[in-house]
Amino acid sequence: MSWTDLAVLALLGAGLAFYGAGSLGLLRFPDTASRLHALTKADNLGLGLVALAAALHWGSLAVAAKIALVWLFAVIAAGITSQLLARQARLDGTRSHRDGVQP
Amino acid sequence: MADWFTLAAVFLLLSIAVALVRCWRGPGPVERIMAAQLAGTGVIGVAVVLGAARRDAAMLDAALIGTLLAAVAVTAFARSAARPGDRPDGSG
Repeated sequence: MSWTDLAVLALLGAGLAFYGAGSLGLLRFPDTASRLHALTKADNLGLGLVALAAALHWGSLAVAAKIALVWLFAVIAAGITSQLLARQARLDGTRSHRDGVQP
Repeated sequence: MADWFTLAAVFLLLSIAVALVRCWRGPGPVERIMAAQLAGTGVIGVAVVLGAARRDAAMLDAALIGTLLAAVAVTAFARSAARPGDRPDGSG
């Protein structure tokens, strides 16, 4: 187990942990906005770490650039889609679980 | 080393299963589209991880396509569900 293998395993574990956190957050959070928050941010961080582990394990630079491109597209797509979904949720009038709670 | 990546792919499939549960229980249409986006991100993760397990660059093309499809699906949903009068120039 060389140092890079350990680094790859650590990154993979951290990436999967964030993936699991994002997916569980999507299931457990009380209202639409917080679910959207968990879905968009935690999962993309998980994807970034897993992609980094894959790039390290793969070894070649060209493939690492392609993996970085995949992650870049995923992050851009998540940024746009979360805005669209939040707007759509507001238009549908979904109630936030904090409605009526005096600040 | 490669079997660690295959194990990671199995774990990512579990996260897609969580997306199905969300799709089943989701109160509104927005939750269902979020489940679709989580499944899309899961597919991208599985493609990257399996590509790394087998050092097969074609899987990365699949991941790229998965990314674009997830974005297009959500945009189509936002376009289809928009109410008249939503476009800033008043034409929608």
